[in-house]
Amino acid sequence: IFQKMKILVGVKRVVDYAVRVRVANNTIDLSNIKMSLNPFCEIAVEQAVRMKESKMASEVIAVNIGPAKGGTETLRTALAMGCDRGIHITTEQRTDFLEVQPRTVSQIFKSLVDEEEPSLVLLGKQGIDSDCGQVGPMLAGLLNWPQVTFAASLEQGDDGDSTLKLDRETDSGTEQLQVQLPSVVTCDLRLNEPRYATLPNIMKAKKKKVDVRDISTFGDAGVDLEPHLQVLEITEPPSRQAGIVVQDVDELVSKLKDEAKVI
Amino acid sequence: GGSVPIADEVIVSIQKLNTIHNLDETSGILKCDAGVILQDLQQYTMKRNFMVPVDLGAKGSCLIGGNVSTNAGGQYLYRHGSLHANVLGLEVVLPDGTILDLLSSVNLKDNTGYDLKQLFIGAEGTLGIITKVALHCPRLPQERNVAFVACQDYKSVQQLLIMAKDVLGEVLAAFELMDQGILNLVQQDMKIPISMETTTSINTKNENYPFCVLIETQGSNKQHDMEKMEEFLEKAMSSEICIDGVLSQDLTQVHKMWDVRDSCGPVVKSTGYLYKYDISIPIGDFEDIALEMRDRLGQSHPSAIVVSWGHIVDGNLHLNITTPGIFEEDPSLTKRIEPYIFESVIRRGGSISAEHGLGQCKNSYLTIAKDPKALNIMKSIRTMFDPHGIMNPGKYLPDDHRLANHNGTL
Repeated sequence: IFQKMKILVGVKRVVDYAVRVRVANNTIDLSNIKMSLNPFCEIAVEQAVRMKESKMASEVIAVNIGPAKGGTETLRTALAMGCDRGIHITTEQRTDFLEVQPRTVSQIFKSLVDEEEPSLVLLGKQGIDSDCGQVGPMLAGLLNWPQVTFAASLEQGDDGDSTLKLDRETDSGTEQLQVQLPSVVTCDLRLNEPRYATLPNIMKAKKKKVDVRDISTFGDAGVDLEPHLQVLEITEPPSRQAGIVVQDVDELVSKLKDEAKVI
Repeated sequence: GGSVPIADEVIVSIQKLNTIHNLDETSGILKCDAGVILQDLQQYTMKRNFMVPVDLGAKGSCLIGGNVSTNAGGQYLYRHGSLHANVLGLEVVLPDGTILDLLSSVNLKDNTGYDLKQLFIGAEGTLGIITKVALHCPRLPQERNVAFVACQDYKSVQQLLIMAKDVLGEVLAAFELMDQGILNLVQQDMKIPISMETTTSINTKNENYPFCVLIETQGSNKQHDMEKMEEFLEKAMSSEICIDGVLSQDLTQVHKMWDVRDSCGPVVKSTGYLYKYDISIPIGDFEDIALEMRDRLGQSHPSAIVVSWGHIVDGNLHLNITTPGIFEEDPSLTKRIEPYIFESVIRRGGSISAEHGLGQCKNSYLTIAKDPKALNIMKSIRTMFDPHGIMNPGKYLPDDHRLANHNGTL
């Protein structure tokens, strides 16, 4: 099964990890802000490309749901890392949970899985904008496929070439699992260190095929595009107060007692 | 060693003069006390979509007044100009206690009289203590792209620089060189983004390229800058001026690539005793001077290694020599290097201290580096401001007796 295995990878466009998010008018202010490939999706892409390089897979397809211009940029990064082709589902709605929500995303992915028939769907464990982590599990549910979330390592399973062996990170320790394909796997930080996009691959990526479709075509086919969760309020966390230098122990004790009220 | 006392001097710290006064958002003029930490100033300006025109590895601890006193350079000098260009005004306390106000009416253009503030910029505290600074700050670039590329020889590096200026044009912000020697050292601490994979029948190993270059663009339009960067990289690769490279896809990768460049100094310092030289020479001579020093030391001190990196676009090379594993100075090695290296720099028409200044380590070499008439005028200026010689004595200019007996050699 491996030689002909197709992998579908989700690539989300989010506010760049290194950029400070601004809250304005009860929403996240996205004007003039740097957007990049979601770091966990980047790890998923890297894993998919490695599987292709080690002949565990034959084709890697990157999928993005995003705006006309921005989504293409995100797909180009994925293609430059080594994906074979891309599917760009265009929408001008906000994909950071405010308008396009995990339920809709999962249904769109199910539709694509039915069409492309991959044996493995690799996703980031969560988007760093929404922090939901819901698409992986929801998609597995819709497909009735087994799922492994927070994968920290991935290799061929012991039972023939239609199984995968994975480590799964949890708060209480690491589990070692074996899963039968087809399967949904969401990727965590320790899984791999993504490669840089090399110049030759960036040039090659320009010639790779990207299939562009409007999100409304999925709506017409029965996918529920409406958000069912309404965000009522968005506020910044309280800003960190500057520390102070105290002159002596007496001042320290009085500040701990009267201001910090911890003694 | 500019801020290290020689004898029983009083050390003055201005770190408590740390108020940022204001930033005029239309003109970009920033006024602040000289004791503000550079990084704090950067964060203040960033919040308002401006940037401080100087940036250094020591940003978390250095003070803007110190940056001005040493005319700090940094990696964006090509794009934003030196502090001589960006400092619009100063408040200075002179050695006799006079408060010199060159700041309360500050303008972008002012041609009224001798431009006194220029004397204090880079004077290393010898003419007075800077207490307030007015700086011109450019707008914060919305888009930064970094490419980390490899060249197979030094000729290609020079061709790449010309091509970068041609194709990237006004968005070129930084062009930094690293040689194979320094890459080999940095590699022990962190991953280099690109390397040569050499496969033999036994195994595959990764070697560093002869030269790597970090190129950054800064601009206001993502698409415009991306197109230029890709056009430049395509041209460089297809003409084989550049044989490998990677391009940042997000800000984290931008920072990671700069980490490689920023760690050059710290890494070589932790390798062994450091003999460091910050020189300006014709760009065509960079490889040659490193080879010259390697050759000279190869005979007498074979355990010493010569590595180099620097702001090649500014003609500024950081040539560093170290004895791996040995952390004490070897006086015979110092003698073998100096003054030979300074003489080589001067022979090539260069400067023995491009941006690091003179302090107490290089001041005596000014006698061979500068015309004696110029040195005498410098001494007169210093005497005029500081007749009692109280400001940073023994530093910056050569000591009096050396100046008096100067005959062209040390």
